[in-house]
Amino acid sequence: MTIDIALWLTQDAVTNGAVYALLALALVLVYTVTRVIFVPQGEFISFAALSLATLQAGKVPGTVYLLIAGGALVALLDGAAAFRSGHLRRLFGIGLLNIGLPALVAAAAWFAAQRPDNLWLQMLVTLAIVTPFGPIIYRLAFQPLAEMSVLVLLIVAVAVHYLLTGLGLVFFGGEGLRSSPWSDFSLHVGVLNITAQSLWVIFSSFVLIFALWLLFERTLYGKALRATAINRVGARLVGISAAFAGSLSFTLAALIGAIAGILISPITTIYYDTGFLISLKGFVGAIIGGMVSYPLAAAGALLVGFLESFSSFWWSAFKESIVFTLIIPVLLWRSLTTRHIEEDDE
Amino acid sequence: MSRRSFLLASALLASLACAASAQEVTVGVTLGATGPGASLGIHYKNAFQLFPKTLGGHPVKYIILEDATDPANAAKNARKLIAEDKVDVIMGSVSVPSTTQVAQIATEAKTPMIALSPVALPPDKLEWTFVVPQPVPLMMSAVVEHMKTKGVKTVGYVGFSDSWGDLVLKALEQHANPAGIKVVTNERYARADTSVTGQVIKVLAANPDAVVVGGSGTGGALPHLGLVERGYKKQIYHNHGTVNREFIKVGSKAVEGAIAPTGPLIVPEELPADNPIKKVAGEFIQRYEQTFGAGSRNAFAGYSYDGFLLLNAAVPGAMAKAKPGTPEFRSALRDAIESAKNVVGAHGIYNMTAKDHTGLDNRARVLVQVKDGAWRLMK
Repeated sequence: MTIDIALWLTQDAVTNGAVYALLALALVLVYTVTRVIFVPQGEFISFAALSLATLQAGKVPGTVYLLIAGGALVALLDGAAAFRSGHLRRLFGIGLLNIGLPALVAAAAWFAAQRPDNLWLQMLVTLAIVTPFGPIIYRLAFQPLAEMSVLVLLIVAVAVHYLLTGLGLVFFGGEGLRSSPWSDFSLHVGVLNITAQSLWVIFSSFVLIFALWLLFERTLYGKALRATAINRVGARLVGISAAFAGSLSFTLAALIGAIAGILISPITTIYYDTGFLISLKGFVGAIIGGMVSYPLAAAGALLVGFLESFSSFWWSAFKESIVFTLIIPVLLWRSLTTRHIEEDDE
Repeated sequence: MSRRSFLLASALLASLACAASAQEVTVGVTLGATGPGASLGIHYKNAFQLFPKTLGGHPVKYIILEDATDPANAAKNARKLIAEDKVDVIMGSVSVPSTTQVAQIATEAKTPMIALSPVALPPDKLEWTFVVPQPVPLMMSAVVEHMKTKGVKTVGYVGFSDSWGDLVLKALEQHANPAGIKVVTNERYARADTSVTGQVIKVLAANPDAVVVGGSGTGGALPHLGLVERGYKKQIYHNHGTVNREFIKVGSKAVEGAIAPTGPLIVPEELPADNPIKKVAGEFIQRYEQTFGAGSRNAFAGYSYDGFLLLNAAVPGAMAKAKPGTPEFRSALRDAIESAKNVVGAHGIYNMTAKDHTGLDNRARVLVQVKDGAWRLMK
């Protein structure tokens, strides 16, 4: 292996690792606040990347209809609850948020599909389509089960994953799509040919990680999330709504997934089921961080990126096995060094 | 109506229904229009919508089950079709492992089978199985012949890390080695990989005269784009699994000039007028694109159609010997398919023999090249 090849592989590793890091952060965020191992995290990537490519093809993606249907379901549930408890004045707000907003997004999607050249508008619309799936999924699938065991939540997460993958196949078909690159600009540094696209991936990851840090350290909402993560019962005692914290964490996770999807859609071909594999690699990163530590999770994800890139050069047929085998020594090391806390003792 | 007379009436009706269906041929189909093979399976399944209500002039019933491209599911479907639905013939499936499972069960149950994808079984295990798609070596031989005329001496290989990647590599080596062409790399990737940088660099380091990609559909575009992006200027070949319009859509300008083998049904308009396949393929493609959109032509729907054509030709002979729903009919149908001669399909002309249960020759393959954003026949 020459220095040139090592540099190329490193460049590839950092770009992929940055995406995995984003997903690892989202997984850790959701897990610490709600104890859900969020298997469908990857579907946000597929949905975002494929919605963007569909918009660029001048069509309104099927995810828009799913958004409207999901919003209507949430409105029905929340509306019925408000009706039963006699808070009729809330009905208007519920309708506005769950029916009005998706309708607005649908109109925006239709508008963006007519303008194939307006890339920024399309990306914005894609974010607006995919991000609301976070709170919708939380409200429909996880909020009613918030007090259940980690295992039950995991099983529900797997079910949601299969549901979303199946819908993805219906919306986007079996073949992959790729969106057009934002710019053809590329930078030549020595032997390296760095495209604007990969710079954007790395830059956006850093910005997002920094923004998350700001959120958790400097804002009341972030502190509420942290409090819930550390002790749910205690957080509720001081007036933090567990449902709100859960919904917020799912919204952030969906936003991160959508951004990751938009970032990689011009670099690679995305299929309706690609997201799962990407988030699985993010998951390996998150496991290295013990599912609780953000910096360790990001570092772990970067390690996965390096492992993947270099093993694809040396033993490409075993690449996947190498990456996923990494989990075994890590789990071994973690279970030997950390004190196990039973769930009920929290 | 009293309860007893109601029961009597329903029993009578049921026996009437049975009598009516005694002459009906039942075809059991297992396909995967979801799961990892969905991009192929959707096309396989679509074709069944276009089939007529008769098979060889007799009424026919298709029972189509979904196996989600999972060999275990395909096996379960096959057992159900044979045991519960008492099908006369079974068709399927989308992936090599699934089809192989179904073929083994069909042999066990002495039920003829039309395999819609290649089967990983030795010829002596194929007594009841007839394979519609061109054998991979037949397709790759066209690629190697083209390499020979261009003076290619070394070839790099990048393929899927699954049975398809293995099949294409094996077929490539089978023809390349005797021709004095050396396969210098064997790099693998997965369809859902987001990057093939490592594999591409390895191929570039070997600097072969040409590269063969063993992917399928849009999955074939990733290494092609990677190679072009890093300045590889020589010829890149694909295989017949890659030939569809989505591949060109994803690859856009970078895949211009890519060469692949395929069945003649992809380019019926460009075939010479004296080619008998031109008419069959042309009519099928026209109907398919009318129903599923212009440019939706693909090899996989053609495999389903050729399976239908083979049965269509064989059923009258079997009908003369036995009644559908009996073991005698299944055996007669098997013999009739085995003696099929000059059945013109959309992919080629089938001449089955006891030794050859594929029955295709060089007329079942053409080379196509991406020109101005479309697959064009190479003259």
